[in-house]
Amino acid sequence: MVEIPEHLLRRAAEARAKAEAAKTSKSGTTAQTADAATTTSTTNTAESDSASTSKIPAHLLERSQAARAASAASEAGPTSATADTNTKIPVQPPTKRTTPTGTLTGPAGHTQRLLTVVKSGSIQDVKAKPQDKVHVWPHLLAAEFVSTLVITAFVFLFSVFVNAPLLELANFNQTPNPSKAPWYFLGLQELLTMFHPMVAGVTIPGVGLLILMLAPYIDKNPSKAPEDRKFAISLMTIHLMFWAVLVMIGSFFRGPGFNFVFPWDAGLFFEL
Amino acid sequence: MKSPIHSLPEHLRTISDRVKKSQAWTSIFRPGSIFRPGYTDNPRNRSYVIMNSVLYHLHPVKVKRHAVKVSYTLCLGGLSFFLFILLTVTGIFLMFFYRPTAAQAWDDIYALQTSVTFGLLVRNMHRWAAHLMVLSVFLHMARVFYHGAYKPPREFNWVIGVILLKLTLLLSFTGYLLPWDQLALWAVTVGTNMMGYTPVFGDQVRFVLLGGVEIGTDTLLRWYVLHVLMLPFVIVIFMAIHFWRVRKDGGISGPL
Repeated sequence: MVEIPEHLLRRAAEARAKAEAAKTSKSGTTAQTADAATTTSTTNTAESDSASTSKIPAHLLERSQAARAASAASEAGPTSATADTNTKIPVQPPTKRTTPTGTLTGPAGHTQRLLTVVKSGSIQDVKAKPQDKVHVWPHLLAAEFVSTLVITAFVFLFSVFVNAPLLELANFNQTPNPSKAPWYFLGLQELLTMFHPMVAGVTIPGVGLLILMLAPYIDKNPSKAPEDRKFAISLMTIHLMFWAVLVMIGSFFRGPGFNFVFPWDAGLFFEL
Repeated sequence: MKSPIHSLPEHLRTISDRVKKSQAWTSIFRPGSIFRPGYTDNPRNRSYVIMNSVLYHLHPVKVKRHAVKVSYTLCLGGLSFFLFILLTVTGIFLMFFYRPTAAQAWDDIYALQTSVTFGLLVRNMHRWAAHLMVLSVFLHMARVFYHGAYKPPREFNWVIGVILLKLTLLLSFTGYLLPWDQLALWAVTVGTNMMGYTPVFGDQVRFVLLGGVEIGTDTLLRWYVLHVLMLPFVIVIFMAIHFWRVRKDGGISGPL
């Protein structure tokens, strides 16, 4: 867990206190406010609210109000202009501001002005979403190490107690009955009992593997959720079960002459 | 001068310090290793562990959190690879005691079991690990299908995966003949008879695979070379592509 630095916590607390204070001043029974300077100025209440909540300095607000009043006066007519200027808010002369007057300053004696505000995200748009990630070391490597240990232990112990078969020397003149392929091909051998060898041994497995290989190009459904893939999942399950059942029958239920037998009657005819 | 009894631990410490600062030591134990002086467990060193290891850098430095969640299907693909390594190691051991000729193969296996130290154990491990690898590759494929992990962008890696499944079956099947016992001979007879029914090229396919019109000592040599050299060589290339594509396609697939 990431620790939040102390100074950030403190800053957050201050900001929260300030927001609380602003809320109480807006609801307005108590006249105490954070910005005494803006409330004492001769603006109406709506503007003082916006001034206290916004970060625009008080003197800039005053100036914009003066400018607005001046433009309103000029729109009203040149004759009433002098009368309006008397009633408008007195603007302090620029020389009284902290800005030093010089030949290079702007209209109000300012040496800088705000051209534009670039909002975050308008130019630097971060497209990658943050992901919940963990370090491979130790999290993944430890899991992998444990699983390799488990599998090694399993293979080792199994090999200590169960020996690999070694029957008598290969003899071309003595065909064992039944003769069986390795277990993963027993499904195919089982098919041989039902179809012509070309169909059972070449066509069915060939077409099956080809379709399996092309699965991502056939299945165009973009969803990975099981509830959206009922057809694909059913088809694959039937396919896997088809082979599993054939391999089981070929392995355990086929006796001499590859005839169907029950292993509990006739015994096992199966070597790994 | 201090007395030798007092200075002995200090002496050892200076030697250890000098060894740990030597170029040989720092070349073997790269940054991130716990054997480097001043090691601390921090994100930087955790990243270095992966980046500075030829084996570990198959992995990215970081993975999504769900990828390390323990589940029934965790590591099936990785275990298939591990079983391949286990089979390579035990297989090399077996190669020292085996000659692929009809006259000697069975006797060599028999001698391996009866008079070679740990011979029986290593042969058993090779046999059972081979069956287990077929099973784990198959289960890995089923897991990938049920998670829909073959969907874009991973379509091509699924194709590579099916090729790897076929190569695994072929590796297992070619190894099946090598003990040259009744089980091997007749299992392979059944298998190759099926291949003989390939349309158009059936007889040629069977002739090339058997090195003759019927199984014999040439078949044994042929399948031995396929089993210990050619198919491992091919499967390693496809495995490299498979692992590389896993990284290129954005790590293992996300949760459902």
